[in-house]
Amino acid sequence: MGQAIEVHGLVKQYPGLTAVDHIDFQVASGSVFAFLGPNGAGKTTTTEILEGLRNRTEGDVRVLDLDPWKEGRRLHRKIGVIPQDFRFFEKINPREAIEYYAALFGTDPDPMELLGRVALEDKADSHYDTLSGGQKQKLGLALALTNNPEICFLDEPTTGLDPHARRAIWAVIRRLRSEGRTVFLTTHYLEEAELLADHTAIINHGKIIAAGTPGEIIRRLGRPERLVIEAPPSLGTYLQDQAGIPAEIHDGKVEVPLRAKGDALRVLNAVASSGIPWEGFTTAQDTLEDVFVRLVGQMDDGALKSEAAP
Amino acid sequence: MNGRRLFGDFKVVVLSYRRNPVALFFSLFFPIILIVLFGYILGGSGSVTTPLAVENLDHNSPASQAFLSALNNTTLVQITMVNYPPSEFASQLGDNGYTSGLIIPDGFQANYTNSTPVNVELFTNPQDASGAGISEEAVQGVVTAFNLHAACPTCSPIIGITPKNVGSQVYKEIDYLIPGLIGFTILTSPMFSMVDIAASYRKDGIFRELSLTPLTKAEWLTSRIVWYVLLTFLSAAIMIGAGVALFNAHVELNAGLLPFLVAGPFLFVSIGMLAGTVARTPESAAIIGNIITFPMMFLSGTFFAVSLFPPWLQSVAKILPLYYVIDGMNQVMLFANTTRALTDLAVVMIIAVVFFLLAIRFFTWRDE
Repeated sequence: MGQAIEVHGLVKQYPGLTAVDHIDFQVASGSVFAFLGPNGAGKTTTTEILEGLRNRTEGDVRVLDLDPWKEGRRLHRKIGVIPQDFRFFEKINPREAIEYYAALFGTDPDPMELLGRVALEDKADSHYDTLSGGQKQKLGLALALTNNPEICFLDEPTTGLDPHARRAIWAVIRRLRSEGRTVFLTTHYLEEAELLADHTAIINHGKIIAAGTPGEIIRRLGRPERLVIEAPPSLGTYLQDQAGIPAEIHDGKVEVPLRAKGDALRVLNAVASSGIPWEGFTTAQDTLEDVFVRLVGQMDDGALKSEAAP
Repeated sequence: MNGRRLFGDFKVVVLSYRRNPVALFFSLFFPIILIVLFGYILGGSGSVTTPLAVENLDHNSPASQAFLSALNNTTLVQITMVNYPPSEFASQLGDNGYTSGLIIPDGFQANYTNSTPVNVELFTNPQDASGAGISEEAVQGVVTAFNLHAACPTCSPIIGITPKNVGSQVYKEIDYLIPGLIGFTILTSPMFSMVDIAASYRKDGIFRELSLTPLTKAEWLTSRIVWYVLLTFLSAAIMIGAGVALFNAHVELNAGLLPFLVAGPFLFVSIGMLAGTVARTPESAAIIGNIITFPMMFLSGTFFAVSLFPPWLQSVAKILPLYYVIDGMNQVMLFANTTRALTDLAVVMIIAVVFFLLAIRFFTWRDE
């Protein structure tokens, strides 16, 4: 499987601000790639450079083997884009919008079939300005598909949507992947990336701070799996001092990292022999969100510099 | 230029417009309102007469009667007899809404028959320059005729005037008004909406979305021009129809009008687009649009003929592009002056092409 997107040493500078600072990544054809980062981290700038909407300061960028800035018009026939906060002509309905894009791209999709794919058939004849936020976003998605694109760029497609609308968009993204299309997704919903993405990169202050599959990132950068016991702090002290088991107190609960398979049994035996009363236990594992919050938080604490909003 | 893209974009323009009642009102009903309003203000009958208040202190003597009858025959003034106290004549004129008045003194007939100099008193208001000019002209004409007759009762004038109008017809104000008001809509309807569209589509990111499609800037601008040309044809037909039906306007329906109805919208769609592009926000776009539009709205021969302006203001009018659109339409609709109309058309087309290319050059889909 080849690479749909290749980025090497990409830099984008604005006067007084380096928005993107020497980043590298690849996106394999047919995969879903999630690009994560807090607001102002350089996500949208990078995405717009890939889409050919913005020039770069330096570096090498190939999208479907084309230079997005110099060969934008050829590239645009092969990609579909829903920008963040998609807007359209107020008095045009979704059916007419798809016919319009089909005329512009010289394609002949069936408008109702396309609207059906994003679950918007029932609004085919409602003017854009009467649609809800989720419906507008779905229309953006349908329009991005009128040219049967090889890559779909979705810039925060579910921001501000209710959980139901968000799940409908997720279903469309899964279907795009099953059709063999590449999906480049930016989001700040970490669970979305964890659920949908084959690969993820986290960007902050213009630099990529973590990359890999969501599982890899969690294993590498997250805290290990741990046993969480509802018990008084004295149990923690007992485990440390008497049983030689490293324990920490978090939110009034005793947490013990689990490094090996037998660890949990050993800990529970020690708890039983302590004679200290306890309520119950669970095991806990970091989510991508925990990793993200910690990584971004550490960087910002360390750097102590505020970043200009985008 | 790709026909399917152009037609697809044109369809969106038409649908958006058709579903926008305010835009439709301003392009189709507003022209009717303009014609009706200005038709009545300027007097649908078209007689260009100045009201003249006359006080005859010579007790309706035959000579004074003859003088007033001659004055009436000039058809330049509309005489109303008044009876104000002579000392308050000027202030009473003002109070009663007259800008011109005439006093025929006591003893007018006696002095006239004795060949003793006698003066009629003419009151005019300099603020109503045209009314003052017309009443002075009328009175002066009658006075000259009476003086000639007194000096040589049997003589006939050696030099006379055969009245002729420019062109083949006698024109009324409404006839001049129709080309002016067509010019007004050619200017305002594309300017106001293009300036707004150019700035707000950028702000909303619609240009950014379109930049990701194969639509070109020239195609986008062309479909708007085609639409405003159609709209101009429609509103011109409405205005000509209303002028003819309501005020019996004389209109020369001449194919020579058509190039102006195409070139005009072409010019102002391009200027509007450029103005909206140069402005960074919809608010400043509206201001720039007004700065460009307002001088042209009043100084290009829309409501007032440019020939009535003082020379320096005429020079100003001649640097305004709309002047050439309206002057050209006057030439074809009223004076049948093809040479001058062709010159006007050439000027409009050259400016339009320049602004079209500038608009395409400066209007960017995507940011640097």
